[in-house]
Amino acid sequence: MDRVPILKIGPTLFVSIQIDLQDESVILLQEDLADELAATGARGVIIDITAVEIVDSFIGRMLTMIGSISRLFDAETVIVGMRPAVAITLTELGLSMGGVRTALNAEKGLEILNGKT
Amino acid sequence: MDVDGTRGRMADYLRDHQDKVVGRWSELVVAGGRGRTSVEEVRRELGGLFTLIVRVLSEADEHADGELQAALDELSRGRARDGFTPSETALGVFSLKEAVYELVADSAEMVPEFLALSRMIDDLGLSTFEAYSAAREQIISDQVTTMMELSTPVVRLWEGIIAVPLVGTLDSARTQLVMEKLLDTLVATGADHAVIDITGVATVDTEVAQHLLKTVSAARLLGAECTISGIRPQVAQTIVSLGIDFGDIATKATLADALALALRQAGLKVVQA
Amino acid sequence: MDELPIKSGDDVVRVRQQVRTVAAKNGLSLVDQTKLVTAASELARNTLVHGGGGVARVEVVKSLNGRTGGKLHFTDEGPGIADVDLALTDGWTTGGGLGLGLSGTRRLVDEFELNSKPGAGTSVVVVKWSR
Repeated sequence: MDRVPILKIGPTLFVSIQIDLQDESVILLQEDLADELAATGARGVIIDITAVEIVDSFIGRMLTMIGSISRLFDAETVIVGMRPAVAITLTELGLSMGGVRTALNAEKGLEILNGKT
Repeated sequence: MDVDGTRGRMADYLRDHQDKVVGRWSELVVAGGRGRTSVEEVRRELGGLFTLIVRVLSEADEHADGELQAALDELSRGRARDGFTPSETALGVFSLKEAVYELVADSAEMVPEFLALSRMIDDLGLSTFEAYSAAREQIISDQVTTMMELSTPVVRLWEGIIAVPLVGTLDSARTQLVMEKLLDTLVATGADHAVIDITGVATVDTEVAQHLLKTVSAARLLGAECTISGIRPQVAQTIVSLGIDFGDIATKATLADALALALRQAGLKVVQA
Repeated sequence: MDELPIKSGDDVVRVRQQVRTVAAKNGLSLVDQTKLVTAASELARNTLVHGGGGVARVEVVKSLNGRTGGKLHFTDEGPGIADVDLALTDGWTTGGGLGLGLSGTRRLVDEFELNSKPGAGTSVVVVKWSR
């Protein structure tokens, strides 16, 4: 089972999701993130999906759930690097990704977390 | 199909008089071509068709029908590309009847055979019309695609601010194209603000509004904020009376107003030099 | 035509990969590939979660005017859908959660056919054409 590594840099947790993750891996990621947030008191989470080619409703739900879990730990989540084809498909599917911020890349994601936007 | 052998007999007749018939046929086609084709070209083309027609009439093999149809389609497409009207092409096919008639006019016993040939040629002539239509449809479809591509520019207004001036109609095909170009440009420029200008969109109804909302949703997934500009007074009234709600998307009357808003949001100010 | 069993999460991943391969090989644009594979993922998951497992068939088809397309067929012998019209309305789902139902998936493809009866399983056929 591939576990997605979580990096901590300052007050921010970084997660980079690679292509075609197993469903179980995404669920594990939720658990691992919850553990990390509790343990470190991190204030922000950046989830980089630059390499993700397909986001279906299941993955989309998981991502918004991560957003909700983070908020319970008073942390904000930003999803960065969504591919145009994925964004267009999600919009067509009607998945709104409400509850999580989005940004073009990790740099802009950090700007959001640091309150610049 | 050839119950009394008339088609077979016509096939034999044609074979025996091949040179004369093809020659006369070519003359008639060139005469109707108003100087746009050469005799050699036409003779070659028609010679091929002639052979296929004879094969079909003699029912020698089952591939002949398919090959004849294919050759005719090829001829029709070529003529259409060269600017011939479908009537000109069809008349060219029909003139084979005339060429044969000139030869059999004096012999009364070839009447049933000629009738069989005539019926067949009528069908062939009509099929050239079908092929012409299909070819034109394809050309129009390709042109529409090109036009859509060309009329959907995405321009950079300022550092981090891009604009999409929409002109004409906004149907679902166009919306797909707009979304793709807009999002690709967001990634390429790293912009975080997009202004969608609809001054040039003739009618804004519920469907168009939905397309705009979709486009804004997609851009937001890439972290970009959007403003819709170019709301004309009549359009504003239509939008309200249709009950369309743009929610939390900012809308402005002009592109200039939208640019000012985007600059403000970016923390920029324009001052006198 | 490829026939793939859907009995586990791994199978859903395999279906996605197969559909992506077929879509890419047959001239679908990147966005269209993404839409078709996403639709496949949705339908494969439905087959697994609501249908108790089933089969996916992936094939290439040709239209009358020469375009190629990807055709996907998902079947299961599960409980079936009682009200098909309701299932195709926006925002409907069974089994809890915030599912989007089949209406969203339908918007991703060019042709969509759903056949289902309670107790008689479900069959979904979708086609996406190259442009």
